[in-house]
Amino acid sequence: MRLALRDITKRFGSLVANDHISLTVEPGEIHCLLGENGAGKSTLMNVLYGLYQADEGEILIDDEPQRFKGPGDAMAAGIGMVHQHFMLIPVFTVAENVMLGHEATGFAGKLDLDAARKQVREISERFGFHVDPDALVEDLPVGVQQRVEIIKALSRDAEVLVFDEPTAVLTPQETDELMAIMRQLKESGTGIVFITHKLREVREVADRITVIRRGTVVGEASPEASNAELAALMVGRPVELKVQKSPAEPGERALVVSDLTVADEDGQVHVDDISFHIDAGEILAVAGVQGNGQTELTEAMVGLAPHVEGSIKLDGREIVGRSVRKALEAGIGFIPEDRQIEGLVGNFTIAENLMLNRSYDKPFVTGGSLNLKKLDTFAKEKLAEYDVRAPGVSTLAGQLSGGNQQKVVVARELSRDLRLLVASQPTRGVDVGSIEFIHKQIVAARDAGVPVLVVSSELDEISALADRIMVLYRGRVVGIVPADTSRDTLGLMMAGETPEGSQA
Amino acid sequence: MSAVATTVKPEGVAERVPGLWKTPSVLGVFTVLVALLVLISPRSGDSTFRWSRQGDWFSIPDVSLPANAVVWAAVLVCLLCTAYAAWNAYAGRKSPLLLVAVFAVVAVAGFLAWAVAGKTLPVVGLLAGSLALAVPLVFGALGGVLGERAGVVNIAIDGQLLFGAFGAAIAASLTGSPWAGLVAAMVAGMLVALLLGLFAITYWVEQVIVGVVLNVLVIGFTSFMFSQVLSENAAALNNPPHFPRWEIPLLSGIPVVGPIFFRQTVLVYLMYVAVFLIAWALYRSKWGLRVRAVGEHPKAADTVGINVIATRYRTVLLAGAIAGIGGATYTLVSVPSFGREMTGGAGYIALAAVIFGKWDPIKATLAALLFGFASNVESVLSVIGSPVPSQFMLMLPYVVTIFAVAGLVGHSRAPAADGKPYRKS
Repeated sequence: MRLALRDITKRFGSLVANDHISLTVEPGEIHCLLGENGAGKSTLMNVLYGLYQADEGEILIDDEPQRFKGPGDAMAAGIGMVHQHFMLIPVFTVAENVMLGHEATGFAGKLDLDAARKQVREISERFGFHVDPDALVEDLPVGVQQRVEIIKALSRDAEVLVFDEPTAVLTPQETDELMAIMRQLKESGTGIVFITHKLREVREVADRITVIRRGTVVGEASPEASNAELAALMVGRPVELKVQKSPAEPGERALVVSDLTVADEDGQVHVDDISFHIDAGEILAVAGVQGNGQTELTEAMVGLAPHVEGSIKLDGREIVGRSVRKALEAGIGFIPEDRQIEGLVGNFTIAENLMLNRSYDKPFVTGGSLNLKKLDTFAKEKLAEYDVRAPGVSTLAGQLSGGNQQKVVVARELSRDLRLLVASQPTRGVDVGSIEFIHKQIVAARDAGVPVLVVSSELDEISALADRIMVLYRGRVVGIVPADTSRDTLGLMMAGETPEGSQA
Repeated sequence: MSAVATTVKPEGVAERVPGLWKTPSVLGVFTVLVALLVLISPRSGDSTFRWSRQGDWFSIPDVSLPANAVVWAAVLVCLLCTAYAAWNAYAGRKSPLLLVAVFAVVAVAGFLAWAVAGKTLPVVGLLAGSLALAVPLVFGALGGVLGERAGVVNIAIDGQLLFGAFGAAIAASLTGSPWAGLVAAMVAGMLVALLLGLFAITYWVEQVIVGVVLNVLVIGFTSFMFSQVLSENAAALNNPPHFPRWEIPLLSGIPVVGPIFFRQTVLVYLMYVAVFLIAWALYRSKWGLRVRAVGEHPKAADTVGINVIATRYRTVLLAGAIAGIGGATYTLVSVPSFGREMTGGAGYIALAAVIFGKWDPIKATLAALLFGFASNVESVLSVIGSPVPSQFMLMLPYVVTIFAVAGLVGHSRAPAADGKPYRKS
C-alpha cells in the first residue's frame, strides 16, 4: 500500500500548523518526519489519522483519494497509529484493549475474548513480543504497553504504521528493541512513518527523511547526513549540539546527602537509602528511566516530599524536615520536571510567574503590596536576557510555547543568589534551539560556583552536562561514574545492572 | 509515576497508611451505641421474631428470646469484632468485608431485639418491605452506575425518579393502564437525561451543577403542575391504576425466601432482570466494553473509531429510562397518587449507593437494598410501636448513608474520565 499526502494544509485560526505539506510512504519503507516540537508533525499525523480534517489537500492511498471522517475510516483504510501518549485503557486487559472498536462477538453482543486472546498471542509470537493477553495494561512496563499499541494497530491489518515520538518514554535498551521491531515490520512490507526530533534514531533506521519547520517541508535529507546537518535543517540555523564547557573546577563540598529514604503516602519507598555529594562548581547528573525515584529525590531536596528519612546537608546545614520556604531561603533553585503543573501558573502573566519564588518579601513586595513597577522592569530585563519570545511581560505564561515557558522557569530560578540548583528534566519537550540556551545557562551557573543536580531521562542531555553521572534504578544508586562513561554502559546501569568497573 | 518503585515497606511505615483505623473506629462507635441502648433503657420481656407467612409450604415456628440477654450477647459479639478489627489495623492489615457484614447483622439484630421487646417482629414482612422500598433506589443506582461508567456524573437521579413518578401517574390515569404509565415514566426519565446530556456532553457544563439544577427544575415543575393542574382534576389525572402483586407459582411458597422475593409486583421482577442484564452486559458485551472505554479514556476510544459523544448520549438516555422505571414505582406501586416532592431525596441516596457500590451494578444494588432496609425498619417499628421517637427513626436511612459512604467505603476508584466532558482538541 502506497500512502501519499498531497499539499495538506491545516489552520487553527490564524495559525497555519501545516502549510502545503506533501509526503509519500512506500510499502516496506521507514520514512522519518523530523521536526522540532511545534513544527506541525503531530497535527499532520492527526490529519492523516482522521482526528482533524485538512483545510486543503488530499490523502491518497494507491493513488485513490480518501475522505477520513474519523480514526475509524483511517483504520479501515489500513493506517495504524502508535500514539505518543498511549491510547490504552489502563484498567482493561491487553486483549480488551486490542479488541476495542472491532470486537468479535457472539450471541447478544457477547464479547469473544478467546478470539482476541488468540489474536494477541499470534501477533506477539510473530514479532517475539511476549505479551500476556490477560494482563492489565496498567500493570505493564511502558515498553510493553507500547508493544500493545503496536499489536492493536496490527490486529486491524494496518499496512502503514505511524509512530508518534515513540522513544520519549523508553530506556536506551527499549529504544534499541523498538528500532529492531521497526526493521522487522519494514521487512514484512509495512510502511512506517516515524515522527521524532531525536537525530540519532533518525539516522539509525530511516530510509528517507523529511524535515519540517514551522508547518512547512524545508527539505529532504539522506540518512547519511550528520547530526549537525540535520539539526541545522530542523532549527533553521547552525546549532551547537554539545555545550562547550571547560572541565569542572570543583570547590569545597557543598551538598552532602546521606542515607536518604523517601516514601510516599501509601508507604511505597521511592528513594531507598542513597548517599552522594556534590562539590561547589560541579554538575552531578542523575540518569535513569523515568519513575526510578528521580522525582522523589528532587522533591526531597526542596522539602516537597512528605516522608523523608536521612540527611541532606547544604553548606553544613540540615535541610530535611524544613519547609519549602526555608529551602528557598537557603538558596535552593528548583526547575521542576513538569513546567505546566509545577513550574508555572498558566493563567498568570510572565511577570507574575517570574516572582513566584519571591512572593513574600523584597524586592517585589513591600508592606504586603506588590511593587509592580519594579517587577515590570525586572521581567523586561529577564525576557531580553533569556531570549523569551513573547509579545510582552503581561502575556499569560500558558500561551507561550514549551521552550519559552521553560526559559521563564529557568530565568526565575537562576535570577537569585543560589547555593544549589536542582534541575529536573530541564529541557523536556523543548526545541533544539532552546535546549542549547538552557544548557549554557546551567553550565554558567556551575562556573559561578553553584553545585548543580541535573535529573534527565535523556542520555544526550546527561552526557552534555554532567561532570559526574549517578544512575538510579528502583530508588537505589547503581553507581556514580565519570562523565565519559559509554552509552552502552549507562544503558545497562539504567536497567539495574552493574557493569565491571562502573563503581566509582 | 511509581510504576516501577519498590514495594518493600520499611519498618514503621505501616501506621502511615491512611484509613486503616477507620473500620475499627466506626465499629467501636456502633458497639457503644448498642451498649448504651440497653444501659440507659433496659427492656423486659421476650422479643419474638416471626419467620413464616400464610401460603408457605411449611411454617417455621416463631423464635422468642429474652430481649436484654440478646442485646448483651450482640454487644459482646460486636466488641469481639471491633477488637479483631483493631488488631488488624494495629498489624497494618485491612479488615475483611465479611467482618463488617457479620458486625452489621449482629448489631442490627441486637437493636431490633431491644426495640421489639415484649412484641412480635414480622421478619419476613420487614425484609419483603425493604425490598419493595429499595426498588426505586436500585433503579436509580443502576441509572447512576451506567451514566458514570460512560463518564457522565448523574446528580439528576432524583429528578429522573420524580419526573418518572409524575409521568407515570398522569399516563396511567389517562389510559387506565399501569403499563402505559411505565412507558411514560421511562420517557420522562429520558427527557431529564436528554437535558443532562445536552448540557454535560455537548456544552461541557460542570456536571454536578447541571444535575442539581435539573433536580430543582423537576421539583419546581412537578410541584407547580401538581397544585395547578393535578389537584383540580385529581380523578382524571392523578388516579393511576396500580400494578397488582404477582405471586410466582412454586417459588413463592418457599418459606422466608418466597414471600420476600417472589410475592412482589412486576417492577420488582423487572428489577431482577435489569440488575443481572446490566451487570452481564457491562462486563461481558461489546456494548459494555465500549461504554466503559468511553468513561475511562474517551480519547483512546475515539482513536479506535468509537463515537464518544454518541455512546455517551445513548448510555445517558438509557440510564434515564432505567431511573424513570424507579420513579414509576412510587405512583404505580407504593402510593395511591402523585404528591409534591414525593421521592424525598431518594435519588441522592441512590447516588450514595452508586459510590458505596463502587460503580458496580451488583454492589450498588446491594447498597441500595441496605438503604431500603434502613427505611423499612423505621416504618415497621413505628407500626408495632418502638420506644425510639419516630423522628429519630426517620433519620435512620440518612444516617446509614453517611456512615456507609464516609465510614466504610475504602478507597474506591471512579471511572477515570467520570465527569469530564470530551473535547477534541
